Amino acid sequence: MDDLYREQILDHYKNPHNFGELPDADITQEGDNPLCGDVVTLYLKLDDGKLGSVRFRGRGCAISQASASMLTDMIVGRPVSELKHFPTSDLLEELGIQISPARMKCATLSVNTLRVALNGGAAEVEDE
Amino acid sequence: MIQTRAIDVESIRRDFPIFTRKVNGKPLVYLDSAATSQKPDGVIESMNDYYRRYNANPHRGVYAISEEATAAYESARQKVATFIQAPSPKEIVFTRNVTEAINLVRYSWGRANVRAGDRILLTEMEHHSNLVPWQLLAREVGAQLDFLYIDDDGLLRLEDLDRKLEGARLVAFTHQSNTLGTINPVKAITQAAHRAGALVLVDGAQAVPHMAVNVADLGIDFYGFSGHKMCGPTGIGVLWARRALLEAMPPFMGGGDMIKRVRLQEATWNDLPWKFEAGTPSVAEGIGLGAAVDYLCGIGMDRVRAHERTLVEYALEKLQDVPGIRLYGPADSEIHGGAVSFSLPNVHPHDLATLVDREGIAIRAGHHCTQPLMERLGVPATSRASFYIYNRPAEVDQLVEAIEKAQKVFN
Repeated sequence: MDDLYREQILDHYKNPHNFGELPDADITQEGDNPLCGDVVTLYLKLDDGKLGSVRFRGRGCAISQASASMLTDMIVGRPVSELKHFPTSDLLEELGIQISPARMKCATLSVNTLRVALNGGAAEVEDE
Repeated sequence: MIQTRAIDVESIRRDFPIFTRKVNGKPLVYLDSAATSQKPDGVIESMNDYYRRYNANPHRGVYAISEEATAAYESARQKVATFIQAPSPKEIVFTRNVTEAINLVRYSWGRANVRAGDRILLTEMEHHSNLVPWQLLAREVGAQLDFLYIDDDGLLRLEDLDRKLEGARLVAFTHQSNTLGTINPVKAITQAAHRAGALVLVDGAQAVPHMAVNVADLGIDFYGFSGHKMCGPTGIGVLWARRALLEAMPPFMGGGDMIKRVRLQEATWNDLPWKFEAGTPSVAEGIGLGAAVDYLCGIGMDRVRAHERTLVEYALEKLQDVPGIRLYGPADSEIHGGAVSFSLPNVHPHDLATLVDREGIAIRAGHHCTQPLMERLGVPATSRASFYIYNRPAEVDQLVEAIEKAQKVFN
């Protein structure tokens, strides 16, 4: 087994968690990497200052889709004020693999999309 | 096909120092020459030699090493002219790459000759470098873009060519598609374009490295290509154009070297080709390109093409046995140059490229700077293996094995 494609990542890719749409979402945000064609759409339902529920749809490489699936697990139920500043490093840690610079955009697509969604369409600049 | 003696791949590989290294513990299998080719010793040494022995600014110095630099740089121009059978080295303008060559035509010829309502005819298989400059020109002058589309075999559909040529000032298209591998019928399109009064620009970036090209025989008006895809260095490319066109065109960039006489309010232009070469040129790179031409001539372009044709035939045959694979581009190697694009149902191109890299195999994954073509094919990206003189048939086998291994990871 290749370390980049360890079992947990392949599981998330083949059977993504929270996959689908939320018809009554408060925020729907699409993010893409035009350079490789990866797409992730986040559906966020807010509940009393917290993220009540989340779904996503997307297509792309295993890294982009597995990380989106992991992200949804990590953010559901948490305060929106916190999620506005959700650190990319938390997601990378959860992925648990060495991401090469060329694949970093795949790994961070979902968390960048989350930040755009919660900050009114403007992505926060974050130093890596 | 003309019978030619097969090239000696093992001997060629010894000319390329990069093949002594390992990647991820495995010997490098380089299948991305459509992006850039590897460089033989002779090219690397020619550039070192310039820097070590006669580094000087060419064209103006009246001392020995400047004259040597001038002679070497201009001799490279002559070599390039002979290589593509240009009538004169004055028609060889050195640029940074094919992108700059196309942009030169856009700025210089395009702005002076394309008017509101004129049509520029392109194809949907163009690399962005032969699409975006024309979008910019069309927006600037109010011209219209129109396109030749492809059929399901990756061939240009020419049945409505004459209709699309009505009102066209320029037809710009690639000699060989970097994504599909399709070799386009340059002569037929050019003859139709000229009948309709349009000029023809051909992007030769994927053709000049891989086949004998004769610009005079093709009958075209503008031809561009890049040095780094033909065993030469980066930072040097070529625009060839018919002399009468170059004479009539205004300069592209202004500065030193491109002038004859300068006064405070005005200037007159240098002779061809220097009128289009402002500033100190890429001397080492030009010399390196000359060495690359020497190297390719030593092999023979008909033999280069024959070798790649063998590799493409073998690759298409082997790859079509991979379960679920979709191959793009013509099935006939006669019109399929050395690049093979494909996609797999269960493995994304980026994941595939990462996994085969673990086996030391370099392939391209992505849109290959042809996003409209990806849209036409209905995929966000493809994987592409591309070949050159140093590739062995056994490397196709290694690729197929690595693909099957990657498929196991995802099944």
